[in-house]
Amino acid sequence: MRIGAKKDAMHIVICIKQVPDSAQIRVHPVTNTIMRQGVPTIINPYDLFALEEALRLRDAHGGEVTVLTMGPPMAEDALRKALTYGADRAVLLTDRCFAGSDTLATSFALSRAIVRIGETFGAPDIVFAGKQTIDGDTAQVGPGIAKRLGLLQFTYVAKIDSIDVDAREITVKRRSEGGTQMLKSRLPCLVTMLEGTNEIRRGSLDDAMRAARSQIVKWSAAEAGIDDLNKCGLRGSPTVVKRVFAPTTRAEKATQIDMTDKTQHHLADELIAAIFTRQPALEHELAFDGGQ
Amino acid sequence: MSNANREAPPSAGRAGIKRELPEHFRDYRHVWVFIELERGEVHPVSFELLGEGRKLADKLGIQLAGIVLGPPGEATQHAIAEAFAYGADLVYLVEAPLLADYRNEPFTKAMTDLVNTHKPEILLLGATTLGRDLAGSVATTLLTGLTADCTELDVVDGSLAATRPTFGGSLLCTIYTLNYRPQMATVRPRVMAMPPRTDKPVGRVIRHKLSMTEEEIITKVLGFNLDRQSAKANLAYADIVVAGGLGLGSAENLQLVKNLARAIGAEYGCSRPLVQKGWMPADRQVGQTGKTIRPKLYIAAGISGAIQHRVGVEGADLIVAINTDPNAPIFDFAHLGVVTDAIRFLPALTEAFTRRLSPHSHDKLAS
Repeated sequence: MRIGAKKDAMHIVICIKQVPDSAQIRVHPVTNTIMRQGVPTIINPYDLFALEEALRLRDAHGGEVTVLTMGPPMAEDALRKALTYGADRAVLLTDRCFAGSDTLATSFALSRAIVRIGETFGAPDIVFAGKQTIDGDTAQVGPGIAKRLGLLQFTYVAKIDSIDVDAREITVKRRSEGGTQMLKSRLPCLVTMLEGTNEIRRGSLDDAMRAARSQIVKWSAAEAGIDDLNKCGLRGSPTVVKRVFAPTTRAEKATQIDMTDKTQHHLADELIAAIFTRQPALEHELAFDGGQ
Repeated sequence: MSNANREAPPSAGRAGIKRELPEHFRDYRHVWVFIELERGEVHPVSFELLGEGRKLADKLGIQLAGIVLGPPGEATQHAIAEAFAYGADLVYLVEAPLLADYRNEPFTKAMTDLVNTHKPEILLLGATTLGRDLAGSVATTLLTGLTADCTELDVVDGSLAATRPTFGGSLLCTIYTLNYRPQMATVRPRVMAMPPRTDKPVGRVIRHKLSMTEEEIITKVLGFNLDRQSAKANLAYADIVVAGGLGLGSAENLQLVKNLARAIGAEYGCSRPLVQKGWMPADRQVGQTGKTIRPKLYIAAGISGAIQHRVGVEGADLIVAINTDPNAPIFDFAHLGVVTDAIRFLPALTEAFTRRLSPHSHDKLAS
């Protein structure tokens, strides 16, 4: 146990999600369903910025990083990957009753698991999450967990400027529209990290060996202390997906500029003429605003 | 309303099966739009949402309200006036000095108190850094449904039908919140068209007190760094956008996109794979998962046109696609297409535009 090794040692929980590699998702042309077969899974790329930040804080202050995910048994792969980067412990929350969870039900289950993690391994000082996932893109689960646990919340964090574990203080730079907010607040809190704020480390050989040997903590709903199944899965989800469909294609395809026997320069002139024919006002605006 | 009441599960079984709306939600009425006021400015997404909110309210035969949370002063008064000018029937106002800067704690408190007191049926917010931070906290506090990044809002059988891309933008899905109120949704900037603005007198403003003091708020604002104007990409609201995709072959060739953009006074951007390759920063990404754009002219060079890209650019008045592959999906939604190599074509196009737009050529046309 690294907790207590240093006076200001931290316990950091980071929530990750295993997602299909979106670059590889294909839609079945006839049935309009997702073809999941053989699509590789990855750790949600946005989560890696949060994981790296968690590892850096642990390296600076001492302590432990616990990685948490909710998902099917195969989500263990994502946790093991997180261990190879240097996380100390991994917890998989897996139960059929979680199937069909929307963001409200997901944040309920994860927040209960974080409470149980706190009881078992020590109360966390910071809970991290990625900015959003690449499959759901909602950015709602982080704030949901914070609210469920009564934690202060900082989303879109570009930088953690300082942490004083003893004084329970944290200062962060948070992205907002048109600028960056500098905020001072208190631990414990929940932080979602902005992309591009750091780069995930290459795990050491030691970490890889340890990850392969590590026992992943696996909790069912009951083991995580969740007894209210009305708040889980489909039942605990106020939103209902009623229809999934492919967007309709436009009736007409693009009008192609005829290429025959034309140089790139002729082609360019012809395209510009076609643009201005369709949008006559543009030529006037461009002549005055453009061309600097 | 007490949270114990809200915690009560729907009458039986899956929330998805439409039962009678629970008794305590039946008096929830009217459409609310959060007027996002930050540092003295109303985010234009608020007006786009008022346009959508107007349609929903008219369909349901109910009223449209703007929600203004801000410090006492001119900016807040201006936000109220603008809410009416863009179609609100009334405004709910929480005015307090501690709402001067956005912080999650007082804004969540103000919004949830307003909802619990005045009970809206539908609550819409912009999917901005502020709106998403606030919406997630409010929905969790109220234990109601929230649908993020909607691309279409409608009323079906009296419920809000919120359509959004799913699976990374490969498909669309329509989501309902049947048994809980309010029905919450966020929409990204520029996804909805800007409604017309008409000067109207300020109508009914209902004030609500914020029952919170500065001492109760743990988070303090130390400062704010404005983005440098030169570094800021204003893609979402640009009139002309030129973007490059994988067809450009290398990060160096993005210069061809920038050259064309400079020649015609456009903003430049790129498709998602280029951001993932690190060829361009994330704030230049055009598409549903980046910036949604509605320019008068959009030129896509070497972009194949995945659905998530399409959803983000479809609002453009005129889409021009340049791609070597005549079967690329981008030609399914572009208006004008050129089947050629963008690396060779972009310099020619830049030169042709420059020639055509130079004052000299206009003199010739005039004489």
